[in-house]
Amino acid sequence: MCGIVGLYLKNTDLQPTLGALFEPMLVEMTDRGPDSAGFAIYRNQVDQDHTKFTLASDNPKQDWKALDADLEKALNCDVQISPVGDHAILITDGDAGQVQQWLAEQRPQIRIVGSGRSIEIFKQTGLPQDVADKFDLINAQGSHAIGHTRMATESAVTTEGSHPFATGLDLCLVHNGSLSNHNRLRRQLERNGITFQTENDTEVAAGFLTWKLRQGMSLTEALEAGREELDGFYTFCIGTADGFAVMRDPIACKHAVMAETDDWVAMATEYRAIAHLPGADTARIWEPEPDRIYIWGDVQ
Amino acid sequence: MSVAKLDLKAIGVRGVNAALHDLPKGSNETQWVIENPMGQHNIACGLDAPIEVTLSGHAGFYCGGMNKEATITVKGHSGVGTGENMMSGVIRVTGNASESAGATGHGGLLIIEGDASSRCGISMKGLDIVVGGSVGHMSAFMAQSGHLVVCGDAGDALGDSIYEAILFVRGKVASLGADCIEKEMRPKHLAKLTELLEAAGFDADPAEFRRYGSARKLYNFDIDNAY
Repeated sequence: MCGIVGLYLKNTDLQPTLGALFEPMLVEMTDRGPDSAGFAIYRNQVDQDHTKFTLASDNPKQDWKALDADLEKALNCDVQISPVGDHAILITDGDAGQVQQWLAEQRPQIRIVGSGRSIEIFKQTGLPQDVADKFDLINAQGSHAIGHTRMATESAVTTEGSHPFATGLDLCLVHNGSLSNHNRLRRQLERNGITFQTENDTEVAAGFLTWKLRQGMSLTEALEAGREELDGFYTFCIGTADGFAVMRDPIACKHAVMAETDDWVAMATEYRAIAHLPGADTARIWEPEPDRIYIWGDVQ
Repeated sequence: MSVAKLDLKAIGVRGVNAALHDLPKGSNETQWVIENPMGQHNIACGLDAPIEVTLSGHAGFYCGGMNKEATITVKGHSGVGTGENMMSGVIRVTGNASESAGATGHGGLLIIEGDASSRCGISMKGLDIVVGGSVGHMSAFMAQSGHLVVCGDAGDALGDSIYEAILFVRGKVASLGADCIEKEMRPKHLAKLTELLEAAGFDADPAEFRRYGSARKLYNFDIDNAY
């Protein structure tokens, strides 16, 4: 099962209402995935010399202020941390690699769930509505969002196993389906320096894309490579800095529907997640073809 | 005759279906409109009376499933398994339909004015399907009887492992599935195709279609068919 949803606002006037439009999409997919939910919101882009990290901690008493001060002192850089639920958004002008290394060494219990200039990723176990409330999704503004409701089949129900999975700067992946060769691929990717936090199959797909993108492939090329290597049933939705991409496997038995108006482009596992959007009644609606990559926004 | 309205938002799918199922035999209330379908699943399933039901919007999965006698019109797109296992009656979708439209259908007529997706008419058992646009891959997979008319193109593996269903395609066929071959269009086929296009209300020239069907080589175990 699982449900995935994506919304990209072509009309920038709608950006203040992104969360209000997107939250019902996510919640409508509760039947397909009541275990956990997660979403990526693209908003508040930081300057080119800054990096935005989304951090997550399982410790409800996580001292984000101390982390802020310690990191600034250690790396001699500017750091701003804003907690959101049990996640936090960290914006810094420090070197992204050094920040990651410092976090791994000094705060190993904290997970980096996403990084880039505009992406923010929030995910948690529990009903989609509860997860949305925890991170105040309804009030989110932004340009686009993708989300996932999870019914776990391949790995445990944990926050780490929830989607979206980051695949690179401002990139993340949500997945409906299951991969059958993820264990072999995980071992292969680990030998190539990709690290994994879970036994989750989707994390392997994300790791695969990360690996290909690091080699200099465009997103389209990485997805084409994924089509060759990833065995299983899947509909992927990939959030990018400027939009999102959708790809289904060649058999295409995991549901997907797309809709487009002059104001927005949406994708979902089922149309009912799109039905409430303004103008959905007269939108162009179609089922994405198997084995074909659909991309909105400026990506290679 | 008055048209009765059912607001799905107010009474839910169960409320809508119960109202249509509870009609006494021979009821005068034959015209129904379902408002606010909002892509919900299982709308107008299991109807068994000669009534006319119109959905004023997009439907979710299995709309009109198991239909008997009713005429159902979806004013928009319909989701997976539209008219699955229908027995008789007519279902018309004015937009596109998702995968497995008309799956296992025993009888009646399913009309999709737009495109149907993959596996259209999978395992159909006597239903007639007329698609104004194109159909996706694996359409008419294991189709046993009935007709599938495609005014546009057909995707890969059309008619894979087909039994005795008859397929008519006007456009390109990406590839034929195992044991599906092009066959001669005889006068009785042209007549049937003309009748189906007329019933669907499509203005397409029957002479532009080609007929496909079973080579009848998979019926019995044949070692040459093992891969």
